[in-house]
Amino acid sequence: MPLSLLLLLVAALVVASYYLTRRRSVAVAGGAAGVKVLHSLPSYHGFYGALWAGLPALLVLGLWVSLESGFIVDLVVSGLPDDLRHLPDAELNLVVNDIRNLASGNIVSREVDPVMQAAADHYNSLRQISAAAMTVVVLVLASLGGWIAWRAVAPQMRARNRVEGILKGLLILSSTLAIFTTIGIVLSVLFEAIRFFQAVPFFEFLFGLEWRPQIAIRADQVGSSGAFGAVPLFAGTMLISFIAMLVAVPIGLMSAIYLSEYASKPVRTSAKPILEVLAGIPTVVYGFFAALTVAPFIRDVGASLGLDVSSESALAAGLVMGIMIIPFVSSLSDDVINAVPQSLRDAAYALGATRSETVRNVILPAALPGIVGGVLLAVSRAIGETMIVVMAAGLAANLTANPLESVTTVTVQIVTLLVGDQEFDSPKTLAAFALGLLLFAVTLVLNVIALHVVRKYREQYE
Amino acid sequence: MAATQPRRRVIDQVQASLGRRYARERRFRLMGMAAVTLGLVFVGILFTTIVSKGYTAFVQTHIALEIAFAERTVDPSGNRDPAEIARADYLGLVKQAMRETFPWVSGRQDKRELYKLVSSGASYQLGDLVVDNPALIGTTQRVWLVADDDIDVYAKGRATPISILGTDGVGSATGTTGRIQVLSTANDFTAVLADVKRRLQQVARAKERDLLTQETLLDNAREQVTRLEADLAAARRGGDPATVAELETELASAHTEQASVANYIATIRSQIVDLEQRANTPGGEERLTPEMPSYLVAINGGLVKATAVSDAGISGEVLVPLASAAEAAPGTWEIKVLETPESSRRVKDNSIAWMMYLEDKGLVEKQFNTAFFSNGDSREPELAGIGGAAMGSLFTLLVTLLLSFPIGVAAAVYLEEFAPKNRWTDLIEVNINNLAAVPSIVFGLLGLAVFINFFGLPRSAPLVGGLVLTLMTLPTIIIASRAALKSVPPSIREAALGVGASKMQTIFHHVLPLAMPGMLTGTIIGMAQALGETAPLLMIGMVAFIVDIPGGVTDPATVLPVQIFLWADSPERAFVERTSAAIMVLLAFLIAMNAFAVVMRRRFERRW
Repeated sequence: MPLSLLLLLVAALVVASYYLTRRRSVAVAGGAAGVKVLHSLPSYHGFYGALWAGLPALLVLGLWVSLESGFIVDLVVSGLPDDLRHLPDAELNLVVNDIRNLASGNIVSREVDPVMQAAADHYNSLRQISAAAMTVVVLVLASLGGWIAWRAVAPQMRARNRVEGILKGLLILSSTLAIFTTIGIVLSVLFEAIRFFQAVPFFEFLFGLEWRPQIAIRADQVGSSGAFGAVPLFAGTMLISFIAMLVAVPIGLMSAIYLSEYASKPVRTSAKPILEVLAGIPTVVYGFFAALTVAPFIRDVGASLGLDVSSESALAAGLVMGIMIIPFVSSLSDDVINAVPQSLRDAAYALGATRSETVRNVILPAALPGIVGGVLLAVSRAIGETMIVVMAAGLAANLTANPLESVTTVTVQIVTLLVGDQEFDSPKTLAAFALGLLLFAVTLVLNVIALHVVRKYREQYE
Repeated sequence: MAATQPRRRVIDQVQASLGRRYARERRFRLMGMAAVTLGLVFVGILFTTIVSKGYTAFVQTHIALEIAFAERTVDPSGNRDPAEIARADYLGLVKQAMRETFPWVSGRQDKRELYKLVSSGASYQLGDLVVDNPALIGTTQRVWLVADDDIDVYAKGRATPISILGTDGVGSATGTTGRIQVLSTANDFTAVLADVKRRLQQVARAKERDLLTQETLLDNAREQVTRLEADLAAARRGGDPATVAELETELASAHTEQASVANYIATIRSQIVDLEQRANTPGGEERLTPEMPSYLVAINGGLVKATAVSDAGISGEVLVPLASAAEAAPGTWEIKVLETPESSRRVKDNSIAWMMYLEDKGLVEKQFNTAFFSNGDSREPELAGIGGAAMGSLFTLLVTLLLSFPIGVAAAVYLEEFAPKNRWTDLIEVNINNLAAVPSIVFGLLGLAVFINFFGLPRSAPLVGGLVLTLMTLPTIIIASRAALKSVPPSIREAALGVGASKMQTIFHHVLPLAMPGMLTGTIIGMAQALGETAPLLMIGMVAFIVDIPGGVTDPATVLPVQIFLWADSPERAFVERTSAAIMVLLAFLIAMNAFAVVMRRRFERRW
């Protein structure tokens, strides 16, 4: 039975359970007039029944589906002849893949021998058994749960309290998902990164000056070792982020100041949303813009000045990234500037200060911590930005501070290492996770500092 | 007297500084204005480049051909079996129709280029047509076929600018096919010759620049030789035979290099002299090369491509035969200049001439590009569409919405209404705020490691994409939902509790409905973010080249932004406009979603 049909059946059982339990509660109370006798309203009894029918069945279904394939593969492998079973993991995986393909009737990479055919048949039969068993178990559980709730209906039954208790549990579960996500991120990158650091020493990765992540097919090939020094990647990331900040901070800050201190209301209400549009544009669009419009433009300008500009220059990527971050800086600065109390401004004006003097000598110093926090958040955005640099920055890991040359960044390398075919035990693939770990750590530190600063600052004036 | 003295001084000082202070004020204000203007200009540039590059992709060039659906090729057995009809040789039909439209084209190379006027998908187009309507078999129909991408680029005027030179004299051709001459009684070809000579001048300039670099090289070589000679003399005095021998070989090679550079310089010099001379002497005959613009003479219904030009006329090759060799009155014939040299464009002169012939007969049309919206991806730009990617985006967003909205609202309700203020809830809050700022690519790593490698979910599936995007958009939805809950005044809660509702009833029956518009607004904004997200989806394999349109959440699929990324990487010229058009579609969706969110906020926002 297909999964969708099974889900529909469970849903039908849940609905049925709701109505049956509800009807029984009315019947127990002695008809619609006697509902007052019940502790909880009939609908709560109904919900109670529905929850009993749905929750255990769905839980088992979820567990079954997620664990099924691993379990079946283990069984199939244990049924294989000894010589196949004791193959190294990588080759065993290939064999298992072939069996899977054979079972689903796809093209297989090797000749089909009787052993493989038998294993495939075994696999198919196990899957059928598992699917049948799952259907039966889930449906029985759903009916059983409904029946238990139906039996439990009584005037004193505190159905509302129980339903609310379960609901509250679900609410708590939802709110802890954020923590599970963080744990998931840390664990998933950490495990692979640790495996990477077993192959490449940690300090070599952190302080190495050369990045050549290719691993040769033959051991005696030229450059077969590969080099995993991340310094050029950090330098490239920093260079591009720095250019982006050079664009975004002055423009974003000045436009925030102008819009909140100088602009008339109509100008503010029309200019602000247009600037915010920049924040809503997908980064892939910026990448396209950088690669097809800005980079050739910069190259042509450079050529007319007699400069040799790479077509994947850091300048192009940084400029466009800066444009992307402008609204980010300006809206955060806008927030903090507006949070500066009016009394400070009035005091400055009363002393005869001009507006710009008020802004420079009173508002900016007062808003500085908040602005710094905002800029830190923007830096973390720039470091983690992927699509613009993937499309407009290069792949060559140059260690240079020249913005006209091509540099590569951490995110570009993660994408190039992980897109396409991959094997999961080569340092090349694992390096991406190590880079991801570093990226996560750096942005985490920046975010925590920035959020802390911004929050402290807000409290100061509240 | 002594008391007023200093007071006046202060006022004077203030007065004196006022001009400077006001100037500073004006400068500061101007800087602010400049910043805002710059931001707006960036928005303007971004949108104009994308629209100007992309709007042409919404139409597609079609070419009409008279296709004879002969029964013996389409359905030889005659039993109208759809499977057999679908297998027939439609490419042959297209080629045959092409040969009939252009009977004069001969030669393998030319024929191959002729067949390439229409897309390689044209045969499938015909197959579908016949399978849908078997009554066509045995008839001859005019069918509009999709043109090839290079032809499409030309027809949209993006391959080369074409300028037309009118004529004052009587034109006469020496023949109607093959290699002929076209002569004019007036100076109609003087402009062409002058143009060609200008090109020669440009070539000479380019060579002169090359000459400069070569001369620097020669200087370097000379210096090298002098240095080596000095070194050699010193080494000879020192008497180390090994060094001497080494230096001698180096010196020899330096000499050869110097000689070869000098040789090259001499060649360039003579070429420049020759070019200058040809460019500066008026008259004479000049041969045209593929590095120069192409000149097509349209006379008596035919097209002649100039291969050599003189003041009196051109000699050239007939690309479309002339109706007659009769004399043509002034103004009835013209010279078409294809400004981009043939060597630097994909579509060649003969294809352009054939297209001009078809255009004259009204057999070329730009039709609305339905394929762009209905097709999946393709390697052929003219067949590629965003249909598959749009469906992928739809499924992915559906999964995201179904998961993130209930979970986000539930989390917000708990944190805002139930959670005690303790370290645990503080931790959750810090986590949510931090997750909102984690780079999106890290979520991709999480999806790859957890959903694909650990749980074994299929790669490239909208299901996994939706799960990853759920985790990404949750913080946005939670933060917006909490703000919405916070804005519901406590009096509502107190009233509900006062008439005996339980806490849960208060929230679900009274607070949540009032906060719902705000929550929905936040959700729509979160969905818009998810729709534009690319990087994490690259990690979970949604970058695969997928032709089929996905039919469910576990089918391999790609999404709109990833499709844009894939097309932006493609070298074909025609993909540029398609990428821009796909961006326009994506932006239209995003703007619609955000506008909807704004309208909802305006309509349902309540001030308490």
